[in-house]
This record gives sequence, structure tokens and C-alpha cells, in this order.
Amino acid sequence: MYQFNYHRPATMAEAVALYGEAEDGLYLSGGQTLIPTLKQRLAAPSDLIDLSGIDALKGIKVEDGVVRVGAFTRHAEVARSPEIRKALPVLAALAGHIGDAQVRNMGTLGGSVANSDPAADYPAAVIGLGATLYTQDRDIAADDYFQDLFETALTPGEILTRIDFPIPDRAAYRKFPNPASRYAVVGVLVADFDGTIRVGVTGAGPCAFRATALEEALARSFSPDAVRSVEVPEAGFNSDLHASAEYRANLVRVMAERAVGDILAG
Amino acid sequence: MQITLTVNGTQHTLDVPENTLLVEIIREHLGLTGTHVGCDTSQCGACTVHLDGRAVKSCSMLAGQVDGASVTTIEGIGTPEALHPMQAAFRECHALQCGFCTPGMIMRAIDLVAEQPDLDSKAVRAGLEGNLCRCTGYHNIVRAVLHSAGSDQGGAP
Ligand SMILES: Cc1cc2nc3c(=O)[nH]c(=O)nc-3n(C[C@H](O)[C@H](O)[C@H](O)COP(=O)(O)OP(=O)(O)OC[C@H]3O[C@@H](n4cnc5c(N)ncnc54)[C@H](O)[C@@H]3O)c2cc1C
Ligand code: FES
Ligand code: FES
Repeated sequence: MYQFNYHRPATMAEAVALYGEAEDGLYLSGGQTLIPTLKQRLAAPSDLIDLSGIDALKGIKVEDGVVRVGAFTRHAEVARSPEIRKALPVLAALAGHIGDAQVRNMGTLGGSVANSDPAADYPAAVIGLGATLYTQDRDIAADDYFQDLFETALTPGEILTRIDFPIPDRAAYRKFPNPASRYAVVGVLVADFDGTIRVGVTGAGPCAFRATALEEALARSFSPDAVRSVEVPEAGFNSDLHASAEYRANLVRVMAERAVGDILAG
Repeated sequence: MQITLTVNGTQHTLDVPENTLLVEIIREHLGLTGTHVGCDTSQCGACTVHLDGRAVKSCSMLAGQVDGASVTTIEGIGTPEALHPMQAAFRECHALQCGFCTPGMIMRAIDLVAEQPDLDSKAVRAGLEGNLCRCTGYHNIVRAVLHSAGSDQGGAP
């Protein structure tokens, strides 16, 4: 690991100021992606600005049909939260299957969504539930947030502060986990908002996206058969040692079908 | 940078470079070599310790992140004369071969039993996903954890 300066500010204003003064600053959240990256010398920041001391980034609140989760909320906290398990069980279950227990005890919502790994789980929920993402300056709709491989709408220095997840009538998430890392080879979140269907897909493409053909088919008939009737084109999908693009396209359908099955089974 | 942390009940104030990992503090600065480094890439869990009571991979944490925290390592849970019940269960169930993964397995298993007292073998296997055993002796590890959790599915084979 290269040498760097380490800071742990107590407020957002301080964090933003430290970023501004740094030659090449990076925010540090749970460190479960960033620290391995630093150890591999794939990043060489002059300054690490640890967000763990900022209380404004923490906390879970359910109000007005929305679950508000602070960016510095650990995966394990989301998985265990009685409020989230009651109001939005699909999010608690998703968080409870990220990586392993040790990773969940450190990794955070904000770190995962800011990083936007193509195989990360949370992006499927951000897209599938139509979340709103907040930074120190603005709010961003889920549909505008994920842009490309590890590329989001965040600009340099922008801090994700909170994500608001609307509560659907019913929803389920299914992933086909990589057996070693538990990252999603493909993960699909299906949500029903009073007949309006959203389908968020992760793992398949360079970043999470909505499967609109599946949404339309499910709005017409909410059934596994409706999913099976849709062609999922493989164009632009990821192809690597874990799975070919063609296999991923098939997995999108299979995971969507299983999610619909889970929802119908109640 | 200067940090203060409590390890196994003793407070230490240390002057370390910013890029020091928690596992380096534990092994190299404090000489507690029971915590192992297996992969150094956050996959294997051999370096698992408790940070304020929860299992974490100490190879994936920086010194600054543990300033003010309380850490427990394998040396802090029992003594050779009075083993922790999880250590005793591992011994009784022959849950180790070379022993390299054992400190991390035991630290995670203690955390697992505390958070989920009602365990079956499937839950133990899922709960230990972050810990790899190169000797692949998982069967007896699962039995040991179940034994320690009081399940009748556990016990010596
Ligand atoms: C063994 C292992 C298995 C894993 N398995 C899975 C899995 O199955 N599914 C999954 O989804 N993930 C998985 N992960 C990744 C894990 O969820 C990470 O916790 C997550 O990707 C990053 O979150 P973090 O809080 O650790 O962020 P960090 O590593 O601290 O930061 C990640 C990046 O985001 C930036 N950043 C962090 N917070 C903010 C913020 N608030 N605003 C702006 N930028 C920010 C940082 O600068 C950095 O570039 C796994 C990781 C490991 C080590
Ligand atoms: S040495 Fe830390 S996870 Fe392998
Ligand atoms: S006992 Fe040898 S690595 Fe597990």
C-alpha cells in the first residue's frame, strides 16, 4: 500500500473541505472494496477521508411510505434493522446476503452504491425500487444515477449522504451468487407499486439497469409465464470467466421468474 | 499517526504509519501472532478478530479506523488452562487439522452463536461463508460450532 494522509472528520463540511484541499483525495467508508484496492496498488490517493465519524450519514428512518437509509449504514445493520425488516423486508434480505458476515459488519450502503461494482447487490434495489439518492448538494433519481462500468452520476468530491427507498406493495430479490465471493453473477429485484412494475437488474451489464420489457410483460400479467414470454437480448452484457453474456441473459429471466414466484407465494 | 486502542482489555497508544493494517498492529506491534494472515485479500477470514464485539477481517482495516475501538483476538478469549467453550468444542470435535484457519473460525463462530443461538448445520455453513479452511475440514468445524451452541446435531464424530 502506498503512503497517504488519513483524516476522520466529524462533519460533512469538514469532509468536503478536506477533499478540496487534498491533492488527490478519496473518501473511505467501510473499506471493504477500497482497502483491497489500495493493497493491490490500484489506487494511490494522497489523502483518505474516513466518513465513519460523520453522524449525519448514519441512521434508518421509515416515514411517508419511504425507507431512508444513511449512506454510512453497514450491510449488517440494514439486515438486522427491525424497521427495515418490517417495512421493506426485501432490502433487509438483500443486505443479509452480501458477501459474508465479516464484510457485512464493515461494508456500507453508500460505499457499495458509490462504487457501483457491476456485480454488487444494492444497485438492483436502488433501480428496482426507484430510489432517490442524496448528496450534499442535490438529489438524483435512480434512473439517472448508474451510467457505466464503475461510473455514476456522482461528481468528484460529491458524497452520497442518504438513499430513500419507496416501499412497494410487494417485492422480491433473487440472485445467482458467485459461489466464492457471493457477488451477483446476476441479481434481479422485482417490485410491484400498485400495478406499476419495476425490475432492477444487476450483474448482467456494466451497471445496474431496468429491464423494461420484463416490466411491461409483468404489468400485463404478473406471472412466471409472462417472464418466460420475454426475450432478454444479450447484447452489451458482461462476459467473463464466471459466465458468458448468453448465460447471463438467461439468468436474468430465471432470476426474474423466481422473484415473481417468491412474490406470488407470499 | 497516533492511535489508542484496547486489545484484549489492555489499552495501547501506538505511533504507526497511516497505511498500517489492523492485523499488522496486532501481530507486529503487539506480538499477538494467533491472528493469522491467509490471503491478505479479504477472502479467507483467517485474520478475523472482534471489533467492538463483531467479527471483522483485520487485514482489511486501517489503523485510523480502529482509533478508540476495542479489539478482541484469539488470545483474549481463553487460556490454555481455561479454554473458551468454542475452543473446547473445536478440540473435542477434532475441528482442526493444520490449525491455520482455526483462530479466525473460532472468532467468527463465537460471533455467529451470539447473534443466532438457534443454529442448524445449514445456518452454520452460511454463517462461516467468510472463513476458508485449506485443509477443507469443514464437517467437524460445523459439528464443533453446533456442539458449542448446544445443538444435538453437534459433538465429536
Ligand atoms: C470478500 C468480499 C465479498 C463481497 N461480496 C459482495 C457481494 O456479494 N455483494 C456486494 O454487493 N458486494 C460485495 N462485496 C463488496 C462490499 O459490499 C463492499 O462493502 C462495498 O462494495 C463497498 O462498501 P464500503 O462501505 O466497504 O466502501 P469503501 O470500500 O470504503 O469505498 C468504496 C468506494 O466508494 C467511495 N465512497 C464510499 N462511500 C462514499 C460516499 N458516501 N459518497 C461517495 N463516495 C463514497 C470510496 O471513495 C471508494 O471509491 C464484497 C466484498 C468482499 C471483500
Ligand atoms: S487474511 Fe484477511 S481475509 Fe484472508
Ligand atoms: S485446519 Fe488447516 S486450514 Fe483449516
